[in-house]
Amino acid sequence: MNLTPYRAWASILVLGATLLGYGLYASQKDPSGTHFRFGLDLVGGSHLVYEADTSKVDPSEVDEAMSALRDVIERRTNLFGVSEPLVQVEKASFLSTSDKKERLIVELPGVTDLDKALQIIGATPLLEFKLVGPPAGASTTATSTASSTGQTYIDTGLTGALLSRARLDFSSGRNGGGLANEPLVYVDFNSEGRDLFAKITKEHVGTELAIFLDGKLISHPVIREPILGGTAVISGGFDAEEARALVRNLNIGALPVPISLATTQSVGATLGQEILTKGIQAGLIGLSIVMLFMLFWYRLPGLVADLALLIYIVLMLAIFKYVPVTITAAGIAGFLLSIGMAVDANVLIFERMKEELQKGTPYLDAVKEGFARAWPPIRDGNFTSLISAIILFWFGASIVQGFALVFGLGILASMFSAITITRTFLIALTGVADKVPSLLKSGFRNTK
Amino acid sequence: MFFIHHRKLFYVLIGLLAATSLGALMVWGVTFGIDFTGGTLVEVSYPDGRPDKQILAQRLNPLDIGNYSLRPSGEEGYFLRTRGLDEAEYKQVREALSVPGTNLVEDRLTTVGPVIGEDLKNKAFVAIAVVVLLIILYVAFAFRNVRKGEDEDAPGVSSWAYGFTSIFVLAHDLLIPLGMFAFLGKFAGAEVDVLIVMALLTILGYSVNDTIVIFDRVRENLKKNEEDRAVESFSKTVGRSLSQTYARSINTSFTTLLVVLALLVFGGSTTIYFALTLAAGIFAGTYSSLALAAPLLVTIEARQHQKRTQHMENTSVTDTAPEVRKKKKKKKKR
Repeated sequence: MNLTPYRAWASILVLGATLLGYGLYASQKDPSGTHFRFGLDLVGGSHLVYEADTSKVDPSEVDEAMSALRDVIERRTNLFGVSEPLVQVEKASFLSTSDKKERLIVELPGVTDLDKALQIIGATPLLEFKLVGPPAGASTTATSTASSTGQTYIDTGLTGALLSRARLDFSSGRNGGGLANEPLVYVDFNSEGRDLFAKITKEHVGTELAIFLDGKLISHPVIREPILGGTAVISGGFDAEEARALVRNLNIGALPVPISLATTQSVGATLGQEILTKGIQAGLIGLSIVMLFMLFWYRLPGLVADLALLIYIVLMLAIFKYVPVTITAAGIAGFLLSIGMAVDANVLIFERMKEELQKGTPYLDAVKEGFARAWPPIRDGNFTSLISAIILFWFGASIVQGFALVFGLGILASMFSAITITRTFLIALTGVADKVPSLLKSGFRNTK
Repeated sequence: MFFIHHRKLFYVLIGLLAATSLGALMVWGVTFGIDFTGGTLVEVSYPDGRPDKQILAQRLNPLDIGNYSLRPSGEEGYFLRTRGLDEAEYKQVREALSVPGTNLVEDRLTTVGPVIGEDLKNKAFVAIAVVVLLIILYVAFAFRNVRKGEDEDAPGVSSWAYGFTSIFVLAHDLLIPLGMFAFLGKFAGAEVDVLIVMALLTILGYSVNDTIVIFDRVRENLKKNEEDRAVESFSKTVGRSLSQTYARSINTSFTTLLVVLALLVFGGSTTIYFALTLAAGIFAGTYSSLALAAPLLVTIEARQHQKRTQHMENTSVTDTAPEVRKKKKKKKKR
């Protein structure tokens, strides 16, 4: 049998893993390099879960409402200068047995003071309608505010609190209402808003009415005629996508989805650092013990298994870094567990090889037979573990997902490392094993 | 094989341990953490030395925070568990905890709403049920081609027997760590939180591996017997399979246990109970696959065999007419 390709592959694997390992280390040291992403429980910060009351929202618009909520809260966290905030709508889990609840998860790294975190998010989005006044300098109105472009805006008292809802429609073009399929944004006010809006539009035909969200100008349509019905139609100057965004933003101002705080967690930075240090320490100790055990029990094959285990670890760390996977305390625990399990396949294979060697089978055949015969239990065993990992992932809660993802990836990667890599190495080492049979002897005590 | 030969002794021993766990569960139950019940958990530490529990209790008692539990954590900290607190209430608690002359560090503050807790608890039960169901289906599927022992000279059991035995053993593997938790909850204030449920689900997927290794060898030996036309009793085949595989069953669990123990000893307070649950589950999973799973196959086969011989005796008396039997005999003579 030609061993050259196996030896070439074995060398490539070792070299590649070493380079990858060094690359991981170097990019971690480099301040501008890619770093591992750690979860809040390791770096400190706040984790908040809001429950949104979507009972009054049309079911077809729930996703839109949640997306609007997400955007506004993300804007708020950015406004407060939180670095790398995470705002996401929780995906409903199929395991969820209660009524489908819309939840919003907010993670604020570094914000360990819960009061401050709640203050950042808690405020109601502010929608304001202001009349566009004459350019700055020409106006002496006390209530006007000047923008950076020199434009002045006059407060009208009309805000999102008075809006009942905004919706999107498209013009048909038939009634002389401009182009066909032009996006139209309908704004419905409540009774108080209707009166105020009627008064403003009556007195200011031809003036631009600017719409501000959280102090940011989002649109400034021109008032064409007095509007008494409490419904404003905003058109022109935006495409369908922008119109959709505008409707969404207008609806935020009207708060279509009241939110309430369901879960809060804040972790101090010192505790997180301690968990991380201890986790890494436990990992190194566990890894060393497992590697020593494999080496003493199986000698040469044990060494090969250790090498495959190191490659497995480098591979997993590369996945964590470049996918990237956020590393949490539970994720570290899952990774450690997967290290212990990664050598299981090797144990099964080596024990099978031992049987074959005892029968007097030549080394190379024993290796091949060991792999072929050990495959069914390895496959079945890993498959059941994978079932657990997948169900855990669907479990939903983010702490569980971190663990399940690492655990599941670990099972897949370890099947590759413990089978493909170990097999390549063992075949490549055929000559060595034949020349120095004692290398097989300790764990394979009864070998003739 | 030892475990097959003395299987009744092991059934009794394992039964006693399982009964103790079940008893502990029924009498004390497990304490669910705030993940599942809702409430507030405050984790604080005092780097310059922590005040006495009594001092803190004195300061906390006047507050309107309902029943609370205060437990020491590590060398310098405390866990305080209360009903769900709002911001104002938590401020009062923080005041009470910052005893003059000490340096208070708020390590962790978690508040879980009751609805989310209830939702998560339901999810946990559903998840465990789904995993158990999928594993039984998978094992039954993976062993679908096993020799089932339909005729006298080829003993064996159906693939469903392998599946159900796996589940029976898995139920045991979950019962032991849960029983341990009942003890720990009673005497050390340990709570079942999301991490523990994660550990239990992991045990489900992992501890069935040992059982599969042994079952796989039984399957292989049955097949080999068929090919070699060797006649061997089922208990002998299972016993032989067990003695061929027990070393690797123990070794695979041992390597995993080493890592889990490292996590238990060096991993810090967050993952202590997680690691302990895993260790108990892996340990239980190993001895149960040796002393429960494989022997149970033998017991099931013996039952089936007994039934079949009874059935055959019955049929030979009632159904088969004497003439037919005579004919058969004649044929044989010729």
